[in-house]
Amino acid sequence: MRWFWIDRFIEFVRNTRATTIKNVSFGEEPIDDYLPGHPHYPHSLIIEGMAQTGGLLVSEEGGFRTKTVLAKVSKAVFHELIVPGDQIFLTAVVQDKKPSGAIIEGTVTVDGQVRAELELSFAFLDDRFGETGLFPAEDLLRTLRILKLFDVAVDQNGNRIHAPEHMLEAERQAPQGFVHSRAISQSKPA
Amino acid sequence: MQVSEEVFSKVQAALIDALGVDDDEVTPQATMVGDLGAESIDFLDIVFKLEKSFGIKVATEDLFPKDILTESTYVQDGKVTATGIAELKKRMPWADLSKFETNPRVQDFGDLLTVSDLCRYVESKIA
Repeated sequence: MRWFWIDRFIEFVRNTRATTIKNVSFGEEPIDDYLPGHPHYPHSLIIEGMAQTGGLLVSEEGGFRTKTVLAKVSKAVFHELIVPGDQIFLTAVVQDKKPSGAIIEGTVTVDGQVRAELELSFAFLDDRFGETGLFPAEDLLRTLRILKLFDVAVDQNGNRIHAPEHMLEAERQAPQGFVHSRAISQSKPA
Repeated sequence: MQVSEEVFSKVQAALIDALGVDDDEVTPQATMVGDLGAESIDFLDIVFKLEKSFGIKVATEDLFPKDILTESTYVQDGKVTATGIAELKKRMPWADLSKFETNPRVQDFGDLLTVSDLCRYVESKIA
């Protein structure tokens, strides 16, 4: 199973805020398996989706080199179940960012109604946890493209954020398979 | 040194919120790590809540003078030297180091801070 609980970025402002969407489908195994007969989107996956949204938001500056991990769920309040057919909007707003980590406030809405409120803390791991990133740069770049992050990402002045050069270089050095996937992820419908 | 009721009350609220502890656990003498169970990531949360509540800026180095605790001038055989203790007192006048001084093992420094220390630190920032 692919562990992505967001489908696409629709807003990304460096170190400030990001919004992703997630379309909930009955075809996803956890939806029905979590509580058979009562299909709904598990709360834990809402948290994971917000962690992916917020984690990418707080680790973008510096070219996604920061080793960011979800360290604490300080607050998680769920108001109503999310069910197949719902389109979830996950908005993360940076509350604080320091060299050791960051805190985001997350709001989850469906049809403009708040379904969940979260507060998450992320830790930035230092070199004791390895000198390289948590994911191969070319692999992460491919994921970011699929999530359309670079289509919407801007810095605080509204300037477009492009794929970091070190990731592009890693992609150029990667095996041929990545070149193929890059072509797919960059292709646009006619 | 006595801390003001208002500062204690706000610090207590921040700790209850950040650590999920009960109000009667957050006594002035309680240590952050040993008694209240704070882990390293909790300090990010605590600092954030204190900054928000008091309108101050807290530098991590204020609470954890890592440079002193890792520099050979100040540490020998895993213990902070007399010079190191003097430097700690200069940098952390709000902290009660008397117990730590009796056996200043670096590994014990993490469990040094008490709720009272944190209150006095906040008072030094808002003074």
